[in-house]
Amino acid sequence: MNFLLQLLNGLQIGSIYALVALGYTMVYGIALLINFAHGEIIMLGAYTTVFTIQLLLAQTDLPYFVAIIPTIVICTLIGIIIERLAYKPLRNSPRISNLITAIGVSLLLQNTMMKIFGAQARSVPSIFHAKPLDFFGAKISVTTVVTIAVTAVLTILLQLFIKKTKYGKAMTATSEDYGAAELVGISVDRTLTMTFAIGSALAGVASLLYVSAYPQAEPMMGSMLGIKAFTAAVVGGIGLIPGAVLGGLILGIVEALTRAFISSKLSDAIVFGLLILVLLIKPSGLLGEDRKEKV
Amino acid sequence: MSRNKRLIYLINIGLVLILFAILTILEASGVFTRYTMSILRLVCINVVLATSLNVTVGNLGQITLGHAGFMSIGAYTAGLFAKGVEIGGQNGYLIGILLAGICAGIFGIIVGIPVLRLKGDYLAIVTLAFGEIIRVLIEYFDFTGGAQGLNGIPRMQNFSVMFFLAVICVTLMYSVMTSRHGRAVLAIREDEIAAQSSGINITYYKTFAFTLSAFFAGIAGAMYAHNIGTIGASVFNYNKSFDILVMVVLGGMGSFTGAVISATVLTIVPETLRQFNDYRMIIYSLLLIMVMLFRPEGLLGRKEFHITKVVDKIKTKFGKHSVEGGS
Amino acid sequence: MSNHVLTCNNVGIRFGGLQAVQDFNLQIEDGELIGLIGPNGAGKTTVFNLITGVYEPTEGEILLAGTNIIGKMPHQIVRYGIARTFQNIRLFDHLSVLDNLKVAANKDMRYSIFSGMFRLGNFWREEDEIKDKAIEILDIFGMSKHANKLARSLPYGEQRKLEIARAMATDPKLLLLDEPAAGMNPTETDELMDTIMLIRNEFGITTLLIEHDMRLVLGICERLMVLNYGKVLAEGNPHDIVNDQSVIEAYLGKGE
Ligand SMILES: Nc1ncnc2c1ncn2[C@@H]1O[C@H](COP(=O)(O)OP(=O)(O)O)[C@@H](O)[C@H]1O
Ligand SMILES: [Mg+2]
Repeated sequence: MNFLLQLLNGLQIGSIYALVALGYTMVYGIALLINFAHGEIIMLGAYTTVFTIQLLLAQTDLPYFVAIIPTIVICTLIGIIIERLAYKPLRNSPRISNLITAIGVSLLLQNTMMKIFGAQARSVPSIFHAKPLDFFGAKISVTTVVTIAVTAVLTILLQLFIKKTKYGKAMTATSEDYGAAELVGISVDRTLTMTFAIGSALAGVASLLYVSAYPQAEPMMGSMLGIKAFTAAVVGGIGLIPGAVLGGLILGIVEALTRAFISSKLSDAIVFGLLILVLLIKPSGLLGEDRKEKV
Repeated sequence: MSRNKRLIYLINIGLVLILFAILTILEASGVFTRYTMSILRLVCINVVLATSLNVTVGNLGQITLGHAGFMSIGAYTAGLFAKGVEIGGQNGYLIGILLAGICAGIFGIIVGIPVLRLKGDYLAIVTLAFGEIIRVLIEYFDFTGGAQGLNGIPRMQNFSVMFFLAVICVTLMYSVMTSRHGRAVLAIREDEIAAQSSGINITYYKTFAFTLSAFFAGIAGAMYAHNIGTIGASVFNYNKSFDILVMVVLGGMGSFTGAVISATVLTIVPETLRQFNDYRMIIYSLLLIMVMLFRPEGLLGRKEFHITKVVDKIKTKFGKHSVEGGS
Repeated sequence: MSNHVLTCNNVGIRFGGLQAVQDFNLQIEDGELIGLIGPNGAGKTTVFNLITGVYEPTEGEILLAGTNIIGKMPHQIVRYGIARTFQNIRLFDHLSVLDNLKVAANKDMRYSIFSGMFRLGNFWREEDEIKDKAIEILDIFGMSKHANKLARSLPYGEQRKLEIARAMATDPKLLLLDEPAAGMNPTETDELMDTIMLIRNEFGITTLLIEHDMRLVLGICERLMVLNYGKVLAEGNPHDIVNDQSVIEAYLGKGE
């Protein structure tokens, strides 16, 4: 029974990793950039959720999950601003400059928030407070169910968007070849901005879900979460939507089971060990295709 | 060795000694406070760290994000050695440091052989993963002091020793990189396929560069441990690796001169910004973004400062023929 | 048998669904100068990649002076005496011209990491030797004036020559040149033809070259081999080959 519970726990945190990993994987697929600042978007989203609840919703009768609206708006805006100001000018620069810039943006957001709100965590009351559901005798919280369900729905919508719509196809084309995409009339600029916007909006959803599981916000919270989500994207096969989700869920489950049955201290080591193992066996990730370099 | 080369070597040694003399005089005359000296010691450590990472990132051309892991291996090796084997004094220090380098180097081989098959961002994230695993394991085991860290490591804060250690480390790395082995490493950075087709065993030389880099990171870690006396694994997390990477990239990847200068500047400037403590990290991160936006190749690019070039200029000025070749 | 520098027996490779090379047979005798021609995408470069170990064949065997070299890494194959150039120039851009050659000579250098680190006697001795050797090779190509320039700073034609010079620095028995005249003007091509002949005549290096410029091919090659859709279409004396009906069709059909 405990096992089942831990599995669900893993699916819950895994779903959050998956949502964050989607942002990493989409941006990476198109811009070949590890957007280290993506974790900080989650952090900003968490603050937005916390403050919306504390300052607005607590004063009204509205349910707390309405905070999702400002959270998504803020995350999306910040994602777009970062792309425009910091990454766009560097599009043709060496990859390492992009990486360092991403680290710089990430530090900037952390430290600015630290300066404004201090290092201590801000907490909120729980967001979903319905009674736990009974699931084969295990009690599962509504938060868990909502998290898993929302992630599933968003993944399907995202996949449909990319496969079926004009904009989605433009994204795929751009990720294969900038030049060719531009030749057939796709605006690379606009596609990149849209990619950042979608990734950041998903991060917004992820941050509300995260806050509903761990009800607090602090400046450093996005850092490790972001790195684990990127790890998940790589495990699943970077650039691939299903890969990000698979990677996220696997990572979440492995982490939850390690914490419960092996050692909570070792869980990070095991998660990262999993990444190494996967890449050594399959260098392009679980769902990735191996390609030979043409000479 | 031709006479010209001998001259160059002598001039280089002379310059280092002059720099050392100036620093010593400033210390003795009290212009440099104890606090200033403590920053200068940090400069020595960071110079070794940055130049050692420059070997993998700048010379081999592979981005790694786990350098702090190798540093921590060195720090803990030296710390445990000094506490376990009470040799003490300068000798104990030097033996401990060498041992730290060797241990970190062995880890470099163990990590390098499997991961160096990966490239680009895959390598970056895997090295980050290894760095974090090392950190978690250090915190997990008891013999390392666990999460409390390792206390009571004998202090070694002699500036002269640290200064010359740093000079020796940088010189050795530089001379390897300008030997045939270093050329092979640079060739891999430029074009792996062409390097292979020119007879370079890329697995061997990648592992070599990675190990060399880990070895000197270990030495820097040992210097750090003895300088501060107390170490905890959490210091050596990925943010520390990012810091070192920033030093290398800002200086200009592949340039030892750049790495030395930017390690020095990036150690001293944040300290002088202490009065703006609250804004320090904000300014730092803004500067980082600005430099990348306006000078993406780093401050020095791949340029090196060569005394050869200076001598050349002087000689041509006085109508003598020029010095040829590098170093 | 013993004077076959290289033998390919029924060599083939597939990339997924594409059979890029099939039933490739080739015997090169010591000192020959052979041309490999065929339309774009015929599999010529792939043949080079197979011989130099960049790709491993899915069928067949490749013998170098009697030894099977399949499964050997590219850097090992260089030690057996095969050197190559690339269709799209692959130089060590940020190294000097001299260093480009020194890298290629690395396999014949012996001093240890320790000697290099501490600048011991054999470091200086070998470095001096290698420098002389590199300058000597650059002289053949008339490039020693560029010795200290960065490879990337050379004009295009010189870069192509530098690639050949670098290949020469590995002391090859067999030299593989992939479209050495591509992008050269007629004067440069003439010069290149002289150099290739010189390499063969003075140093006795066997040469296999891929080229589209028929003036070069007919001017210097003693034997030609035509590849089309991964298969050998014709083989023999250059003048017979250019009059061969199937060869003409292969080229015309592809609109070359
Ligand atoms: N690494 C590879 N992966 C997939 N296909 C390849 C690879 N290398 C070559 N090919 C294919 O093999 C065929 C032959 O290519 P190539 O040997 O380069 O032709 P060419 O005769 O013009 O040199 C082409 O269709 C090319 O696309
Ligand atoms: Mg070709």
